[in-house]
Amino acid sequence: MPESAPAPTHEAAHHEPENWVLKYLWSTDHKVIAMQYLVTGVFMALIGGFFAYAFRMQLAFPGAEVPGYGLVSPSDYNALVTNHGTIMIFWVAMPVLVAAFGNFLIPLMVGCDDMVFPKINRLSFQVFFLSAVVLLASFFVEGGAFGGAWTAYPPLSAVGEYSLTPLGSTLWLVAVALEFVAFLLGGINFITTAMNSRAPGMRLYDIPIVVWMIVIASVLFMLSVGPLIAGAIMLFMDQQVGTGFFDPARGGDPILWQHLFWFFGHPEVYVVLLPALGITAEIICIFSRKKLFAYRTILYTVFATGILSFTVWAHHQFIAGIDPRMAHIFTITTLLISVPIAEMCFVYIATLYKGSITLNTPMLWGLAFIFEFLIGGVTGIFLGASGADIYFHDTYFVLAHFHYTFFPIAIIGTYAGITLWFPKMFGKMLNDRLGKIHFWGTIIPFNLIFIPLFFLGGLGQHRRIYDYVHFPELMRENVLFGLGMQDLRVLATVSLLVMLAFQVVFFVNVYLSLKNGPRAGRNPWKATTLEWLTPSPPPHGNFAELPTVYRGAYEYSHPDRQEDYWPQWEPEFGPGAGRG
Amino acid sequence: MIEYWLQAASTYAGDIDFVIELVAVIVGFWFFLTVGIFFWLIFAHRVSRSPRAEYLTGDEEQPKKFITWAHMLVLVCDVFIVWAAVQVWYEVKQELPLENGGQPQVVRVISQQWAWSFVHPGADGVLDTADDIRSVDELHIEVNRLYHYELSSKDVLHSFSVPVFRLKQDAIPGRVIRGWFEATQTGSYDIQCAEICGIGHALMPARIVIETPEQHAAWLAGHSPTQLAAR
Repeated sequence: MPESAPAPTHEAAHHEPENWVLKYLWSTDHKVIAMQYLVTGVFMALIGGFFAYAFRMQLAFPGAEVPGYGLVSPSDYNALVTNHGTIMIFWVAMPVLVAAFGNFLIPLMVGCDDMVFPKINRLSFQVFFLSAVVLLASFFVEGGAFGGAWTAYPPLSAVGEYSLTPLGSTLWLVAVALEFVAFLLGGINFITTAMNSRAPGMRLYDIPIVVWMIVIASVLFMLSVGPLIAGAIMLFMDQQVGTGFFDPARGGDPILWQHLFWFFGHPEVYVVLLPALGITAEIICIFSRKKLFAYRTILYTVFATGILSFTVWAHHQFIAGIDPRMAHIFTITTLLISVPIAEMCFVYIATLYKGSITLNTPMLWGLAFIFEFLIGGVTGIFLGASGADIYFHDTYFVLAHFHYTFFPIAIIGTYAGITLWFPKMFGKMLNDRLGKIHFWGTIIPFNLIFIPLFFLGGLGQHRRIYDYVHFPELMRENVLFGLGMQDLRVLATVSLLVMLAFQVVFFVNVYLSLKNGPRAGRNPWKATTLEWLTPSPPPHGNFAELPTVYRGAYEYSHPDRQEDYWPQWEPEFGPGAGRG
Repeated sequence: MIEYWLQAASTYAGDIDFVIELVAVIVGFWFFLTVGIFFWLIFAHRVSRSPRAEYLTGDEEQPKKFITWAHMLVLVCDVFIVWAAVQVWYEVKQELPLENGGQPQVVRVISQQWAWSFVHPGADGVLDTADDIRSVDELHIEVNRLYHYELSSKDVLHSFSVPVFRLKQDAIPGRVIRGWFEATQTGSYDIQCAEICGIGHALMPARIVIETPEQHAAWLAGHSPTQLAAR
């Protein structure tokens, strides 16, 4: 916060810049920065999706030329899977869910005109953009992009002679470190804005769940990322300076990196999960016209999950050569996490009870999130149980499991958020029919991609292998309904092609709706939270007059009111209050 | 369940499969219950059937108890899973069994970019003697006999994975990791590398050949360096 200078008046603080560059590229407006994050994230998602297309084609039709890519060599394959994972987590899920929605929603939902530190916010995006450029540049350097998996285990990542991509590994590492800097800068804003700039009358328990979730995610990120940044610096020195922190040949210990990585890596799952859960909470309340069932319980379960998430990291390392006795502790903590997460699911489902449910596009995405994430959650139990993990570790079972968590988070959560807030972002309604076509065209192929992969993993297929021809046990015929293992791989790839093709429907829908869609008005969904008070799209400075908050965020179907929603900003005894 | 798709060929494979099946039963129950309720609620409370929602805060006793009870039950289920998982883990990874009080056979498994090599103790049953047999990409063992392995790596991380044994263990350069297995049926099965180790990661197939004592003795005799030198 600025020191005790007299606060400028609302008008004086917000004159919109006239210049195009200042308005759209160099802006400090949280909504513009949100759009920058969103556009960059979607662009990176297209690249990550293209990578998936290339390596899935190689798996289904080994050695064949992939249309639009060419031959996938072993080093290409490794670089593609590595950067697919890195991009989808750090350059898609993080910028879209945490940064884009965090930037767009937090000031609007807590009722203030901008972030607390708008210039830090601008810097955050600029650093993020730079990080994306560095990552993409790694594909064009000598040796090519890094191919040692997104976990970057040394010594493979530390020693150029082993990875054969000395420059690519370093650029990958620098890009990831820059990306962390960007999100630390962004997170400062999310936390301070939600805590300090709330509209008068908004108590902590009146804050919409999605804001809470993004704030808690930022706190988790801040607390967990330190060790990995330290690790990244050490790995960078191993690569470029000649130290040996992680290389046993020079006296280091590769397991140390695994601890540093997963101490960050596991909370990171919750960093991207929580915003998606928050978006889902908003959607379920709005479209079942129900007050969120047990608001405080949700908050407490999120706190519990957040704290527990710092105690489970070594379940990624059960068979990595850590002391076997550690596995017992981490099995217990890992399974304990199932309690708050299960409770959260129950609360979401209980919110549907006696609701009045409209199945439009945002609601379909929200409900699909719960359903698909449940599959991801329950399959995680197999991997958290140390005895079962001996077999499943590093198989396609793991891969299918975390895609059933990350796909709902990064893709379903994003579509849920975009379809819900599109009217607010752009002032136009999205076409519901095209939206539903896109929804079913995404969800059905998604399940057809990853259910076969669960079976392949159960059959013993390991990850990150570009061609299974050398493994007779992985080329068996007739393993499932008469299909052979290669048939299952082809099924997954064909489903991916169908799913990618259906994404065109979404972009067509956005284009047509922006061009011809009906105007949205302020509050098309009849929702209660503060962002729906502003005009759509909200002008520079958001609110004409800063709002006052009179009640909790989810007062739907209140018995004392004729209308089935009671916005946070409506005074108790104002017109249409219906009470007293 | 797993055995239906992939043979179990070690003494502990069945125990690992048991944990997997136990987890499958427990989470399957919860999953189908939850999803059943979920779809039923969506169907029962769709807008055409219930035009106005009811105002529930979540503090009412009736709906609240379903959530409280459910999460207690989840905790109980967790205890069962932990119990089963920890037991099997202890058996497979923590405790190195000994063969009837005597010394078990020890084999060395050495990983490198991008091949497996194995050191067998030869006819005298002791490593580091003149009749040690080295082989590349093929590990020969006797059925129904306890083996300890000493796993090491020459360069980067690798992972020694024998799916039919349900066994997997990462190899770390600079360390020797000990573990054990005992095969229960003869045959020749895949060994995979399960940890990405560079561009040749897919080119690290090896076979584990499980033989009867007679076959194994014949193989040892045919490959013994002392005998080969004498020939």
